Amino acid sequence: MMAGLIAWVMVLAIAAYACAGGTDYGAGFWDLLAGGAEWGRRPRWLIDHAMAPVWETNNVWLIFVFVIMWTGFPRMFQAVFEAMWLPLALAAVGLVLRGAGFALRKPSRRLAQRRVFGAMFAIASLLTPFFLGAVLGGIAAGRVAVGTDASADAWANPASVLTGLLAIAATAFLGAVFLCSDARRFGADDLVDYFRLRALLAFCAVVVLALIGLPVTHHHARYVWEGLTGGPGLLLIVLAAVCGLATVLLLLRRSYGWSRYTSVASVALTVGAWGFAQRPYVLPTSLTVAQAAGAAHTLRWLGIVTAIAVVLVGPALVLLYRLDTMGELEPLTDADTRAARAPGDNL
Amino acid sequence: MLSTAALLANTPPQLLPARELMAFTLASHILLVPFGVALPFITVLMHHRALRRDDPVALKLARRWSAVMAVQFAIGVVTGTVLSFELGLLWPGMMGRWGDVFGLGFGVEAWAFFLEAVLIAIYLYGWRRLKPWTHFWLAVPLPAAALMGAFGIIAANSWMNTPQGFGLDAQGNPVDVDVRQAVFTPMFGPEYWHFVVAMFMTAGYVVAGVYAVGLLRGRRDRYHRLGFTLPFTVAAILTPVQFMLGDSAARAVFHKQPVKFAATEIVWKTDTHVPEYMFGRLNSDGTISGGLRIPQLDSILAGFKPSTQVTGLTSVPAADRPTAVQATIAHWAFDIMVTIGSLLILLALWYAWSWLRHRDLPRSRWFFRCAAIAGAACLVTVECGWITTEVGRQPWIVYHHMRVSEAVTATRAGSLWAMLGIVMAVYVAVFGAFLAIVLTMRTRWRIADEGSAAARAALPPETDTPYGPRSEPEPAAAGAAPGGGADGRSGGAS
Repeated sequence: MMAGLIAWVMVLAIAAYACAGGTDYGAGFWDLLAGGAEWGRRPRWLIDHAMAPVWETNNVWLIFVFVIMWTGFPRMFQAVFEAMWLPLALAAVGLVLRGAGFALRKPSRRLAQRRVFGAMFAIASLLTPFFLGAVLGGIAAGRVAVGTDASADAWANPASVLTGLLAIAATAFLGAVFLCSDARRFGADDLVDYFRLRALLAFCAVVVLALIGLPVTHHHARYVWEGLTGGPGLLLIVLAAVCGLATVLLLLRRSYGWSRYTSVASVALTVGAWGFAQRPYVLPTSLTVAQAAGAAHTLRWLGIVTAIAVVLVGPALVLLYRLDTMGELEPLTDADTRAARAPGDNL
Repeated sequence: MLSTAALLANTPPQLLPARELMAFTLASHILLVPFGVALPFITVLMHHRALRRDDPVALKLARRWSAVMAVQFAIGVVTGTVLSFELGLLWPGMMGRWGDVFGLGFGVEAWAFFLEAVLIAIYLYGWRRLKPWTHFWLAVPLPAAALMGAFGIIAANSWMNTPQGFGLDAQGNPVDVDVRQAVFTPMFGPEYWHFVVAMFMTAGYVVAGVYAVGLLRGRRDRYHRLGFTLPFTVAAILTPVQFMLGDSAARAVFHKQPVKFAATEIVWKTDTHVPEYMFGRLNSDGTISGGLRIPQLDSILAGFKPSTQVTGLTSVPAADRPTAVQATIAHWAFDIMVTIGSLLILLALWYAWSWLRHRDLPRSRWFFRCAAIAGAACLVTVECGWITTEVGRQPWIVYHHMRVSEAVTATRAGSLWAMLGIVMAVYVAVFGAFLAIVLTMRTRWRIADEGSAAARAALPPETDTPYGPRSEPEPAAAGAAPGGGADGRSGGAS
């Protein structure tokens, strides 16, 4: 009972990371494709501005997912990290490169430095969601069981690769939709259409990958396939599709007020559908929620900690996102800190 | 390390690279922790002074510290995330069996860190548009959130040292978990306060050290004096406190983990009237080479009288205690930490004496030379303290319940060595770039300050309006705002 609740908290935290962290990865994806220094100057300026105040907070969702995993379902955590060693290790390296690249690019005033840090940030933004997606795909396809040794088989299979690609496409979609709204907020009207086009293209990519995903899921992830084609799993998938289409409609009508919410809903509902489809397994089809659950006393406390987190972190998050969308958060400029040009600065 | 392999025939080959990888990433991350925990506090103090006394110099300092914090916090976030990956990648055996016993501390850490990330984002990006006092008050909970985060991490680490809050079933698996007992373990209190104060001290000395260098180079203006005085005062007040806390932490180890204490003090046989060795090397036959021997002192320090019995390393089988090499490492780390801590007390006393005597900073250049290296020395003590507690715990990952070798991943040693190589290359590049960026920021600020000082000298006073919450960028001071604001780019370049 409590274990089931904690399992849903975990699914929600994964959904939150997919949405919040995903938007940032998507921004990095478009940074990668923004072109040369001159051509990509304005999109990169927007990406920098939009991401800077929130990306560290968004990253914390991942730590939350891990904590719930190892405290609530320690055997599952062990099994996943043993079997998925390489993709998780590469994702960790990717996280470092992405965060450091982004943070170091901002205060750089030399083009050559910015290029290096920007490339670090952008390429890692592409690879990290792929590896994390591949891990999820491998789990859904039942490639991980307690005691599975690390092998390429666990994550280099069609279901994993497809989920990884889908993760990239979904983050690109989210990123573009959010950057559309951000462009409007910052009064950069030319960038609104720039990212609108990219959001639509990313949605097409998601649709194509989802269609390819049908036979792949059917063949490689049979248990999840059953869950997704009936019951609440199917309902959520349909709702996710509706939300995705609504986003496209809103984008086509150039109404950017609600597009962010519908795009987030489509990704979160997809993750939720996966959660329903996997029930009652945390590792289909070898380890159920009940089998994986940690000590009952701990789970109760984990519930309490989660409740405190909701009470304390919830309002803080709302405040941050509100201040951010109201345009109250701006980085310190060189004028604010009274900085001059150093020798060698060329930006 | 090699003698470990000799002693434990069943040591898996991937143990060494796994330990090295964990040690390297944690040693790197821990250098940033003092600033994550304590730099917000010091900055908020300076910010308060700026607002309260309408002090433009203090405001400039607080803003510049935030600009550094923005980069430092980001690097801290990502290197910290790596550590939570590594718990699973390197020590799946520990997390799988004990995760539900001690993992909850991390749960507290996760939401505290959430709060910290939110508040720090609002603080760092709120300078320009939030009302000054609103902005300030939103940052006031930051130190509390940072202390809460440290609570979670130290709860987990102290549990590994003195595990409790569970029973064992027939297969040796934990049952009957009691979370409260598992969080508040015997080592928790001593370790927590010692750690937290270390973080504030280190941040204080490092920040003050930057301005001590400036003062040594003859920049004896108010900016440098204030930038030096405030953080240095925080650190100097905490230094004697830390000495007491460290002393009581050592005594807590003596009572709760006697074998670890024996390793840090290289005590071979259980005995009374045990001498204290400053440095020196423990040989595997129990003899000690080199070092300064002070008769009776170890017993006196541990129990306040020479007849105190100190447990020796040989009280447990060789396989259950640190090797001679490990004991020597822990001993040296401990002694370096204590030596530096004692020297810092002298520095703090010098400072206090000078304030009491003539209400001013000491005039001696030697004081500022010492202050300039105090920050680096403090970072060394942080590393040493951590090495003492982690190496002294060997060969256990969960003290007396699980060996490091039982917890380690089954991944092949070759893969781990390769990953260590990659991670080292990435970290060296990232930390190097971080340092270079911060140094360049400093250069830009110095050029601007020297420029505006020159401009002040050249221009009539009424044209000089360098300070103020939202002044227009001056050509000399705002060189990096190219292109103007019309295309929305000026902010993006910053």
